[in-house]
Amino acid sequence: MKTTVSRRTFIKGGLAGTVAATVLPEKKSQAATFEGYPDGMGVLVDLTRCVGCRSCEAACNEEQKLPQPEKPFDDFSVFDEMHHGQKRRTDETRYTIVNRYDVPGLDHPLFRKIQCNHCQEPACLTSCFVNAYTKTPEGAVIYNPKVCVGCRTCMIACPFYIPTFKYSSAFNPRIMKCIFCYDTRLKEGRPPACVEACPQEALTFGKRNKLIEIGRQRIRETPDKYEDHIYGEHEVGGTAWMYLSSVPFDQVGFDTHVPKEPILNYVKDFLGIVPMVLTIWPALFAGFHLLATRKDWLKNKNEDTHEEE
Amino acid sequence: MRFFSHQRPEIPIVDHIKSDGTEWTIKEKLWLGLSASDYFKQFFRNPVNWLMIGIFAVGVPLILQRYIYGLAAVTHASNDYPWGLFLGFGLFGMVPLSASGFMLGTTCELFGRKDFHPIERLALLNGLLGYFFAVLFLEVDLGMPWRLPYPMFVSLGPAAVLFLVAWHVATYLSVQIAEVLPAFFEWIGWLKGKRVIRKMVLGLTIAGIILSTLHQGALGALFTYAPSKVHPLWLSANFQWIHFFCSSIFAGLSMVIVSSTLIRNFAGWRCDDTFKNSLDDITIKLGKGCSLAMITYLVIKIVAIAHDQEWAYLLTGWGSYYLLELGVGVVLPMFMFATAVRNNSATLARAAAWITVFGIIWNRLNTSMITYNWQLYPEIPHWKEVWITVTIYSLYFLTYRFIIYRLPIVYNWKGKK
Ligand code: SF4
Ligand code: SF4
Ligand code: SF4
Repeated sequence: MKTTVSRRTFIKGGLAGTVAATVLPEKKSQAATFEGYPDGMGVLVDLTRCVGCRSCEAACNEEQKLPQPEKPFDDFSVFDEMHHGQKRRTDETRYTIVNRYDVPGLDHPLFRKIQCNHCQEPACLTSCFVNAYTKTPEGAVIYNPKVCVGCRTCMIACPFYIPTFKYSSAFNPRIMKCIFCYDTRLKEGRPPACVEACPQEALTFGKRNKLIEIGRQRIRETPDKYEDHIYGEHEVGGTAWMYLSSVPFDQVGFDTHVPKEPILNYVKDFLGIVPMVLTIWPALFAGFHLLATRKDWLKNKNEDTHEEE
Repeated sequence: MRFFSHQRPEIPIVDHIKSDGTEWTIKEKLWLGLSASDYFKQFFRNPVNWLMIGIFAVGVPLILQRYIYGLAAVTHASNDYPWGLFLGFGLFGMVPLSASGFMLGTTCELFGRKDFHPIERLALLNGLLGYFFAVLFLEVDLGMPWRLPYPMFVSLGPAAVLFLVAWHVATYLSVQIAEVLPAFFEWIGWLKGKRVIRKMVLGLTIAGIILSTLHQGALGALFTYAPSKVHPLWLSANFQWIHFFCSSIFAGLSMVIVSSTLIRNFAGWRCDDTFKNSLDDITIKLGKGCSLAMITYLVIKIVAIAHDQEWAYLLTGWGSYYLLELGVGVVLPMFMFATAVRNNSATLARAAAWITVFGIIWNRLNTSMITYNWQLYPEIPHWKEVWITVTIYSLYFLTYRFIIYRLPIVYNWKGKK
């Protein structure tokens, strides 16, 4: 556990230092990569098994006490809904969504369930300046509405466009996103509501490490059926929810351009200079000042000595 | 300002003492030494004020609407586009334009360049107000504005870039208040306060440099959280903070040129001869600074493209747009500044400054809104969002003018100092 926290502490040390302007960052050698909790849980979503029944959407809605949607969950016309040329997405009334994709050359459509992927090193968490997010040892990324300020940086940072905001509320807005049923289920070791509701076993709940093995096994046993890739194994440094697909992932709406390393790595360059600026700048500019004003100073001194004589 | 005529030589007020030997009261100073009716007469004679009244008549109800019915009622902020004009213009645009304070503070106080002295206070004020209104814009945009102090005192997330922005903008605001206070102390005649601050000036200036380097850069670094969302030409993980910091240098300097030009032309009665006579010279020198910062900026922009191997993007439509932004917003004014310096033409430098200010806002909007989600769909701000932005900017303008008319910013206080 020691190495897992040290990199964050390192960066915290750096930034907190900028505020106090006193502390130096801890030694860089400790800066190991945080790889999430080893025993964290996850879910493996197998697109080849999903039939688009939307039972998972309904279960989520009930479990999280979200408002009743306009169209019932057995209405499949929602798959044709388009907004700004985009398919449906999560919002303040729904933490998970199933979308249909008609892949050219395939005689049946494919369905993809979307929800928070519960990243190993979540961008939402690292970008939040009030620490509203927590990655629990069980693997969930949860959110604390009591401290959130509503700056929406987490929404900018999430590479999967997952956190949504209650723009409709003036007095009680908050971020709304899937929390892996943490409070009601995951904490007790039970799978989330959507997984339990799925009639097709398209969703497999288990330890993340184990799920990667299962995924590899399925690919190995039926290589014709699967793309040789588990989406989420390495994407943005790894996610707890991962996907298997029978077609290239970009054909079923996945962003295949997301980096293979944690988003935080992109910010590190800047974070690295902070302690430097803090320690070097004062001396540097005080020096400049002395140099630039040396003449005046000498003049003053001379005048002083003249006066004394 | 026809009221400031020969019949009353003691106004505009530059001293504590009236011509009859009595002292001005603070109230009289606030009214610019005019009677209330005269004051309003001149106020309503000015067409700009009518424009302001028009803007506020619509804008204030819209702001109320925002606070009663939420952001959804007045903006197009969405789950795909969490940030709109309030931050795109109000925060990312206003902050670089307010870098003037630390730039001229450094030049005058640290490098001892007395030739820039006449414009120092204006630059400091420009900085202070820019930051203050950036925070105001933030307060309109935040979902829970009443929790503004949370990142400072309630729940700290010190590993986040925005945490640094929050702390630095807050600290820097206090530094800038301290830097502008001497003008206020002179005006109310409390010299002890001024002396106290005078002693701290060097410390304040150095604090200003550190805080500015870091938070100007941090605003850029905020976008490195979205490497797969912002167009690669506008985002460089390694150089983003340098781009933002470096461009804030010429942005801030150009903004002082613009505001000093406006003040000289439209509030000439308030400027004293030192200010008026040295302004052309200072403008050209500032222009020289701008052109140097701009060439540096261009170089690191190219370095970033080379480093990330992005040449191919330049041939796309976005690439042309990128080149247009750089060409109009940076290269053109850079040559104008350089020519202005060579030909000693303040007018040309002023024109260049206007273009630069426009260019920097354009760049920040491009980064935060226009090329953001370039692979999804474009979002156009709600008209109410635009109007609220204009309203708050008008409030900025009015505050700016209110202070310029009164405090010894562009003139020297004649009384005890
Ligand atoms: S998918 Fe987005 S919201 Fe979910 S943990 Fe990852 S970064 Fe956070
Ligand atoms: S919106 Fe809330 S949770 Fe998201 S980054 Fe801002 S303060 Fe944190
Ligand atoms: S319940 Fe299972 S099969 Fe039905 S849509 Fe959800 S993931 Fe697919």
